[in-house]
Amino acid sequence: MTVKLEQHIDPSLIPVLQEVYDPEIPVLSLMDMGVVRYAQLIDGKVKIKITPTYSGCPAMDVMADDIVAAFAEQDMEADVELVLSPAWTTDWITEKGKKALEKYGIAAPLEEKLDKAALLGNEKIVKCTNCGSTNTKMISQFGSTACKALFQCEDCQEPFDYFKCLK
Amino acid sequence: MKNDNLIQYIYSIADNALILGQRLSELCGHGPSLETDIGITNMALDLLGQTRSYFQYAAKLSEEDITEDDLAYLRTERQYRNVLLVEQPNRDFAYVITRQFLFDAFHLLLLQKLQNSADETLSAIAKKSIKEVSYHFRFSSDWVKRLGDGTDKSHAKIQDAVDNLWTYTDELFHNLGTDSELIEKGIAIDLTKLKEEYYNKIKEIISEATLSIPESKYFQKGGKKGIHTEHMGYLLADLQYMQRTYPNMKW
Ligand SMILES: [Zn+2]
Repeated sequence: MTVKLEQHIDPSLIPVLQEVYDPEIPVLSLMDMGVVRYAQLIDGKVKIKITPTYSGCPAMDVMADDIVAAFAEQDMEADVELVLSPAWTTDWITEKGKKALEKYGIAAPLEEKLDKAALLGNEKIVKCTNCGSTNTKMISQFGSTACKALFQCEDCQEPFDYFKCLK
Repeated sequence: MKNDNLIQYIYSIADNALILGQRLSELCGHGPSLETDIGITNMALDLLGQTRSYFQYAAKLSEEDITEDDLAYLRTERQYRNVLLVEQPNRDFAYVITRQFLFDAFHLLLLQKLQNSADETLSAIAKKSIKEVSYHFRFSSDWVKRLGDGTDKSHAKIQDAVDNLWTYTDELFHNLGTDSELIEKGIAIDLTKLKEEYYNKIKEIISEATLSIPESKYFQKGGKKGIHTEHMGYLLADLQYMQRTYPNMKW
C-alpha cells in the first residue's frame, strides 16, 4: 500500500531535499521518511510543506530549519510550512528508507495487522536488527522517541528499537 | 474576541491535553521504572504537541496579535476549561495510571467523533491525534489490568485510585453552554452522547482487572466552567513561571 495523497513535489528540488536528514535518525532523509508533502518553486522562492510524524515531535522545527539552510546553500530562499492534513503514516516511508532504518538498527514498521499482533505480544514477528532472529519480545511500548517501541532479542540479547506502525 | 464560542470549545479540548501533559511532564525522570518513565513522557509530548495545534488554530481564529504561548501561559486560572480529572496530582503510580485510563477512554471516543467535525482544522487535528491516543489507551489499560490483577498491594492501591478518581468522570460529558450552536452546525461534539459507550468500555476493563466500580452517584464538576480544585493553582504556578517572570522570553 503506497498511498501518496496530495504529494506535489517539483523533481528539480528533490536533490536538495534528499540531503536533509531526520535529526534523530540521521540515516533517513526527509524524502524517504515521506514527511515532505509539497515542494514547488513559486516566483523564484521555494515553498515547502511538511507534515509531522507525531504531534509533539521536537524534530519538526529542526527539520524546517535544516530545509531552509539546505536551500540557502544553493542560494535559494525557502519557506517551510507545517501541515496536519493528511496525517502522516508509516506507509509513506519509502523502501529505501526502510532499508536504511534496518541498517541503522531500527526495525522497520510492519503493516498494521502484524504490528498490532507484535505490540500485543501475540506473535513473534519483529526481526532482530542484530542477528535477524524473530525470537524477540517487546520491552516497552514507548521507546527513546514517540515513534518507536523498545524490543529485545531473546537469542542474541541485543535490545533494539522498532519503528511503530502509524496509520 | 472573534469566534469566541469556537475558541472556548477549542480550550475545552486543548486545556485537557495541556494540563494532563503538564502533570505527566512532572514525572520526567521520576517514573517507577525506565520504561514507564519513557512511556509517560512520550505521552506528555504527544499531548503537548496536540495542544500546540489547537492553540495555533485558536490564536488565528481570535484575529488578535496573540500566539499559542499566550494561550498556554498567560490566561488566568478561571479561563482554563479543562476537566477536574486531569489536574489531579500524581499521588502514586496507581493514580497516574487510573487518571490516564479514565481520560484516555474518553479522549479516544471524542477524537473518533471529532474526525468528522464540519470544521476542517479540528477534523485534521483529531485525525492526527487519534493515532497517538490509541497508543496511550493501550498503555494505560494494560497497566490497569497489571496493577489490578497483580499483587494484593498493587490491587489495593489501584482500587483506591479508582474509588477516588471516579467522582471526576461525569464532568467529561458536560457540554459548555456555548456549545449548542456549534453542535447544531456539526462542528462540536455532543458529549452527553458518548457517556454510555464510555462507561461500558471502562467497566469492561475494570472488571477484567478484577477491580470493582464505586457505587457513589455523587460527581464533582466545575473545571469546564473555570472553577478548579486547589491543585490547579500550584500547577499553573509551575507552568506559567517563566512567562510571568520574564515576559516574552523565548527559548
Ligand atoms: Zn538478535
